[in-house]
Order: sequence, then structure tokens, then C-alpha cells
Amino acid sequence: MSGKSIIIIMAVALGILHQDFWNWDNGTLVFGFMPMGLFYHACFSLAAAILWVFAIKCAWPTKLVEWAEQDEDNERIKGA
Amino acid sequence: MMIPLLAASTTPLVIIGIYLGLLLALALFSRTLFRGTSTDYFVASRSIGPFMLLMSVFGTTMTAFALVGSTGKSFERGVGTYGLMASSSGLIHAACFFLIGIKLWSFGKKYGYVTQIQFFRDRFESRGFGYLLFPILVLLVIPYLLIGVIGASKTIIGVTGSKGTMPGMFPEFFESTGGAVPAWLTGAVICLVVLCYIFAGGSRAAAWANTFQTIVFMCMGLLAFYLISDKLGGLGAAIQQAKATHLVRTVSGEGGIVGVPPLMFLTYMLIPLSVGMFPHLFQHWLTARSAKSFRLTVIAHPLCIMIVWVPCVLIGLWATGKLPAGTPGGAVLAKTVGILVKDPVVVGLVTAGILAAIMSSLDSQFLCLGTMFTNDVVLERCGRERFTDKQIILIARLFVVGIVLLTYILSIVLFDKSVFDLAVWSFSGFASLTPLVFAALYWEGATKAGAFASVIAAMTVWLYFFQQSGWGGEYTVLNGVMPVAFSFGAGALAMIAVSIASAKPSAETINKFFPDL
Repeated sequence: MSGKSIIIIMAVALGILHQDFWNWDNGTLVFGFMPMGLFYHACFSLAAAILWVFAIKCAWPTKLVEWAEQDEDNERIKGA
Repeated sequence: MMIPLLAASTTPLVIIGIYLGLLLALALFSRTLFRGTSTDYFVASRSIGPFMLLMSVFGTTMTAFALVGSTGKSFERGVGTYGLMASSSGLIHAACFFLIGIKLWSFGKKYGYVTQIQFFRDRFESRGFGYLLFPILVLLVIPYLLIGVIGASKTIIGVTGSKGTMPGMFPEFFESTGGAVPAWLTGAVICLVVLCYIFAGGSRAAAWANTFQTIVFMCMGLLAFYLISDKLGGLGAAIQQAKATHLVRTVSGEGGIVGVPPLMFLTYMLIPLSVGMFPHLFQHWLTARSAKSFRLTVIAHPLCIMIVWVPCVLIGLWATGKLPAGTPGGAVLAKTVGILVKDPVVVGLVTAGILAAIMSSLDSQFLCLGTMFTNDVVLERCGRERFTDKQIILIARLFVVGIVLLTYILSIVLFDKSVFDLAVWSFSGFASLTPLVFAALYWEGATKAGAFASVIAAMTVWLYFFQQSGWGGEYTVLNGVMPVAFSFGAGALAMIAVSIASAKPSAETINKFFPDL
């Protein structure tokens, strides 16, 4: 399975996990001050950041970026 | 006896003055880096590095809603506010930066675009498409601008107005407002400060100012959080003051105003897609020095949202036990700071933070409208070759002045209207246009007719629901479904159906936007 496919699966999984219906009426206080509904979604934010770390590692559009910067490199070479 | 009272009560305003002064000084410093070209004015010569890109993109996407709205919404709806608006944004905003931003940056760099419309005109081989999209984008940005200016004015009225039996700060100067600094004056000062640095340094000044403003509002949010929790006896004691109904997402209260219906929670996820079509964000993306600059923005954006929103949502929850239920959402943060912390220095610092959040969006919006008028209307109609680079900068500056003036006048005329309710409609409108940009970037088969159909269908459905809502205000259908689900769906369906049925783009266009890599 390619890196891009894994990222897409992870993103869809996060999209589903965002709908945490099991926490809807859960008023438990985590660490004595943070309602579960807030704690879960703060962790979700961390998970989102980790997903994008993987996305940059595995699905970075290297060829597109090189193509976009190509002329600039040529100009630099010409300038030199 | 009057002197100490006056000295103490005007302290917040002095601190706000210092903040505005620092902002101007920084922006004028950035003026010294201005290279005098139109590319520098519009997109900072595509030279902004990772940290400034993160700060300017984050500052631009977080409006007054970041500090004031999040606290107010949490006070009204409870803990579900974070999942509804913040955690979904962390995922979807970053997805837009990664999937849309980097691609648009690449085409912008390759083909020299400075506005979205330039890209769409080329991609869909239609000058006319630009004239359809231009007024829509402008009309969707204007309420967003008004929210900023009116929000700033209302914040300052809250800080300088009368409190209980104590008169406002300047009863002898502003009798009609009970001593509070009137909206016309705050609006004028805010607009002038932003105008000064946008006029002088364009996109580069906006990036520098946004970086400063974002640091200020993030720090001030954390400061307010620490001081309020301290006054309430610590984090554990503070949360004990919150109403139990606000600690869960279950719908309760008269008319179901507390909690979040599951369908609303699900369909609200479409609203953060709006960043994919914000014209001011597009302009920020183009300022990036290289695609690598996006990496920090993509990864850190969800974390920055968390740093700002978690404390604000908690403050809103704590406030449910301190403030009466009918307190307007927009006043919750200021009132909580005012009642619990009282220290005028802190009030001034937190107010400066709120203004920073507001102004970090305002400047980019003013600049982007000026850029669009110049490039998509004047240069498009008259031909770029008719003007020198200096004349192009002058035209853009004149447009920026005109837009600032128009926004200022509208903010005075519409001051008493509840424009905050328009925010979600503005975001919904932009989100409904996302199928357009996604198809343009990822589907070779997306055609000119499909693009027209997508925009017309999305905006027709959006307009229908906007009218049904009474031209603004919170509105859902079918037990909580957000109207954006329908307008987004209409835009996507129209794009697919009409593109399949219509003539394909030319081979030249396909090769230009789908290079064989």
C-alpha cells in the first residue's frame, strides 16, 4: 500500500473519530478539570498534527514542487 | 479624588494605544524591506519563510472568533464548541493547506498568479468566469470585514463604557455613549492603523504585522486563562463552577440552545473548508518562499488552534456559573476578565489581544480586495502593458483606501445590526465554492461549463437558505443539518454532472495544469 493511500485512510478514520457519539453525554472530568468532550477533541487536534507529519513524510508533492521551482533554478544558473 | 480614579480607568486604553503604536512601528520597519515592485506589494516577492507563513496564515484564519467567539459560544452551547469549530478546523484547514495551498502556490509561482481569479480564468479558459466569481468573492468578504471593524468597536465600548454606577472613561467628551469611546472613533482608528501599514508595505507589511498580532493574541489568551483560573481557585475549582448541562453535548435548555445536535456536529465539518476559497488566504499562500515553508503551517496549525481554543472554551464553561444566562456571547470574555481579574492592566492587555485577533484578519482582507480590483478588473480590462509597475502599485493603494473607507462607512451604518451572525454565512458561502477549486486542481475533466454550473448552483442554494434564515442568524434544517451541506452538495453535483456532459478543456490547458511529472 502506498504512503498516499495510508494517509487517505488515516484522514478518513480521523474524520469518523471526530464524530465521537460515545462521548455525547459523558461529563467525566479528566485530570479533575477537563470535561471528557474537550479532552477527547484536544487529543484529536494532536492526532491531526501527527497525521500531517506523516502526510509530509509520505505524500509530499516533490515532483510538482520541483516543476514549479524549475524556472527559478534555471534563472539562477543563467544569472551565475 | 477624581484623578486616581481617572488614571486607573484609562489604563486599558493607554495599553491599547501602546499596542497600536508598536504595531505601526513594526509595520513601518517592514516598509524598509519593501522592494518597490508590484510583486512585492501583492505577494511579498514570494519570500516569506516558514514561521512568518504559519503566523500570518493562522492569524488570518482566526478572527475575533478566536478569543471572543470561542468563549461566547462555549458559554452558550457548552463543551461541544471545541469539537464543533476547533478540532474539525485543525484537520480540515491543514488538509486545505496541504491539498489546495501547495498546488495553488506551485501554479502561482510557475505562471505568476497573484489572485485566485487569474488561476480560474486560465484553468477554465474563460475571462467571463472571472466576472462571475469576482462579485461573489467580494460580497462574501465584506461581511467578514464588517465583523472585524464592528467587533473592535463593540469591544472598546465594553472596556471604556460605564460599569454599574461608575461612569464611562470620558463622560465629558462622549455624553451620548455614557463616556464610552464611540464606534465611529474606534472604527476610524482601527481602519487608519491597518490602512497605514497596508498602504505602505502591502503584503510584506501584512505578514510582519500578522506575525506580531498572532503572538500577541495567543499570549493574551493564555494570560487571561491563567489569571481567571487563579482567581477561581485553580483549574479544579474553576470547572466546579460550570453548569453541568454545559459539560456535555446533550441538547438541553429552552429551545435546545445548550449542547449540539449530532447532525449539526456532522455537517458543521464542511464549514472549515471555506479556507480553501478565502481570497485573502490564497494571497498569503503565494507569499511563501518555497513549498517547504508550508510544512510548519500544515503541522502546527491544529496545535495553534488547540493552544488558543482550549483555554477560551474552558473560560466560557467557567463563566456559566458566574454570569447570568442571557449575557451576550461576545461580552463573556471581557466581562469575565472585568469581574474576576479587575486589574486595568490585564483588561488592557486582553483587549489588545482581542484587537490583534481582529486586525490580523482585517489587513489581509483589505489588501486582497485591493489586489483583486487591480488585477482582476483594471489590469484585465485595460491591459497590464498600459501601466508601469509604479502605477499598478498606486492603483492597488487607491483601491485599498476606497475599500477601507467603504468598510468604515458600512460599519457605522450597520453598527446595530447583528453582523456576527453573518460570519457563519460568509464561511458557508466560501465552503460551498470548494468543489470548484478541488475539481480545478485534481480533475482534468472539470470544464468551463461545469465551473459556471458549480458556482451558480452553490450560490443559488446558499442564497435560498440565507433568505430563509431571515438574512443571517443561526439556521439549520432537518434537526440540525447546516445549510452548507446542501449548497456544497449542489456545487459538487453541478460540477460533476455538467463537466461530464460538456466539452473538455483544450489539450494546452490540460498540459498546463496537469503536467506529466
